[in-house]
Amino acid sequence: MTVMQLCLRVTLAVTLAAALMSSAAARDDELIIQITPAGEAATPIAVVPFLWSAAGVPGETDMSKVISDDLARSGQFNPLPLRDMVERPSRLPDVNYGLWRRLEVNYLVIGEITGSPLDGYEIRMHLLDVVSGEALTSLVFGARAGGLRYTAHHIADTIYEELLEVPGFFRTRIAYITAEGEGDNTSYSLMVADADGFNPQPIVRSREPLLSPAWSPDASRLAYVSFEQGNSSIFIQELATGQREQVARFRGINGAPSFSPDGRRLALTLSRTGNPEIYVMDLSSRRLRQITNHWAIDTEPVWAPDGQTLVFTSDRGGKPQLYQVSVSGDGKPQRVTRQGDYNARASMSPSGDRVALVSGTAEDYRIALMDRETYLMQIVSDGPLDESPSFAPNGRMVLYASRRGQQGVLSAVPVYGAAAAGHTAHQLIYSDGHIREPAWSPLRQ
Amino acid sequence: MTNVTRTVLVALITLGLAACASKETAPVEDTSTPEPMPEPEPVVETTGYQGPTDYTSKEGLDDPRNLLSKRVIYFDFDKSNVKPEYREILSAHATYMAANGGARVTLEGHADERGTREYNLGLGERRGNSAMGLLDAQGAASNQLSVVSYGEERPVSTCSNESCWSRNRRVEIVYTRVQ
Repeated sequence: MTVMQLCLRVTLAVTLAAALMSSAAARDDELIIQITPAGEAATPIAVVPFLWSAAGVPGETDMSKVISDDLARSGQFNPLPLRDMVERPSRLPDVNYGLWRRLEVNYLVIGEITGSPLDGYEIRMHLLDVVSGEALTSLVFGARAGGLRYTAHHIADTIYEELLEVPGFFRTRIAYITAEGEGDNTSYSLMVADADGFNPQPIVRSREPLLSPAWSPDASRLAYVSFEQGNSSIFIQELATGQREQVARFRGINGAPSFSPDGRRLALTLSRTGNPEIYVMDLSSRRLRQITNHWAIDTEPVWAPDGQTLVFTSDRGGKPQLYQVSVSGDGKPQRVTRQGDYNARASMSPSGDRVALVSGTAEDYRIALMDRETYLMQIVSDGPLDESPSFAPNGRMVLYASRRGQQGVLSAVPVYGAAAAGHTAHQLIYSDGHIREPAWSPLRQ
Repeated sequence: MTNVTRTVLVALITLGLAACASKETAPVEDTSTPEPMPEPEPVVETTGYQGPTDYTSKEGLDDPRNLLSKRVIYFDFDKSNVKPEYREILSAHATYMAANGGARVTLEGHADERGTREYNLGLGERRGNSAMGLLDAQGAASNQLSVVSYGEERPVSTCSNESCWSRNRRVEIVYTRVQ
């Protein structure tokens, strides 16, 4: 199969997935997550509602639902619907393995919640292999009142890692930009939400444009671009305290911040010399090192995991394409995208083997994945105005922004293994305002 | 002076300054007729403004017939060259700035929503620079000019087709000081 055929096939699969999801409606000021049915590649699993044996009435967090939704959203699991669970065991002796085998699930998750809101909860969970009839994992988690949702994500991460042997991403967060209102009455927010779109919190609000949020590698800080002083400038903000520092306010553009893998340097775009060039700033001394020097637009730098190489967008060849260059400043930038008219805005996979990017023509922009060794590209979104790809910290999904009419949408698509081949699951986050520029946080340290 | 300017001057003198004209000429021609009462001075100050092709007076900035009142120029997709139809507007503003050393202009560069945001910041700046180059070459001083790019962040129209895109690919000439 040629690359073009592959692209076409993948694109069709995604279009079908999008059609399935079109029934989703948006509520006011709230993010809505929709999960499409998983395909055959996904592992069947049943997460039985956890037994509430704690004091008081069950709170608003339905832990088994949170776990089940997390697993479904990853595209790698196909949770059994609640209505098919004719038995709902919560303790090991109550499990009838034959029943679950007949329901064709490979794995079963059961649990029980004890304790009280005052003293805290204990959540006892078991992950069972239905085929062998053995417990793979039995763990007890502690949670304070209000902490059940986070603990549910923790349990989902545990299941994901036990079965797939890579860390999950259910306790990570996403940052993104929203714009509400029109014209001069537009207000912009930099938002941070849980990876499933819950608990959205504004961390910056402004009457002037905000853009390009970028996480520090320890997930404690965000760099972003703000126009609050009339021109663009770059801030770094501590998430926990809200305190921030302005790190770049030069004449011209101050844009596209990207933390180095060690968190000590910031790659950025400055046009103080008259046109946009890539620089690297040492964050302790604030000293700048100019990396590119060309009349073209050079921007959107991202780091390879080695901390030695930057991939960036440049139109030095006439149209925007991705290039890579050594941060030591010696050596000429090498073009890395080989197909297509317009390739820009790279996101590096955590292992550095692939980049996600925006690939398109004047009328159609989609998210593509490029293998850094073979340079082969694969389209993974359905367009026509998709942008800002961002890898999950385990490299298994890519989050990006797209548009449905005038509504902004964040979508996540599996990009690894069997789940990616079928493009069977897809997450959508809608909002009434424009929602864009998602950035997936690293794993919290 | 062009013919248009001349015509307009004649019209202004005939209409607005009719009283003065008769005052100057009347005594020579006929002393027997009583001198008309001098009319009050016009309330609107028109001193020095010579009409729609006067690019040196600040009145021109507010006169819809004057090119100085046109302060947005538009660009082709992914292009930053000033199209021929907008050069005349820029040269009018260059003339104004040369004549009014205190005038300050910010060129706000914008892009349509297609393409990536940071690249579009670069594109907006390139458009601003391209307009600045023409103003500079035609007599505006570099300390009168600055460029700021908003990329695709401040659209004037928000539909996703060429009718909106073409209005968003623009440079706005914003006077921060007029004189």
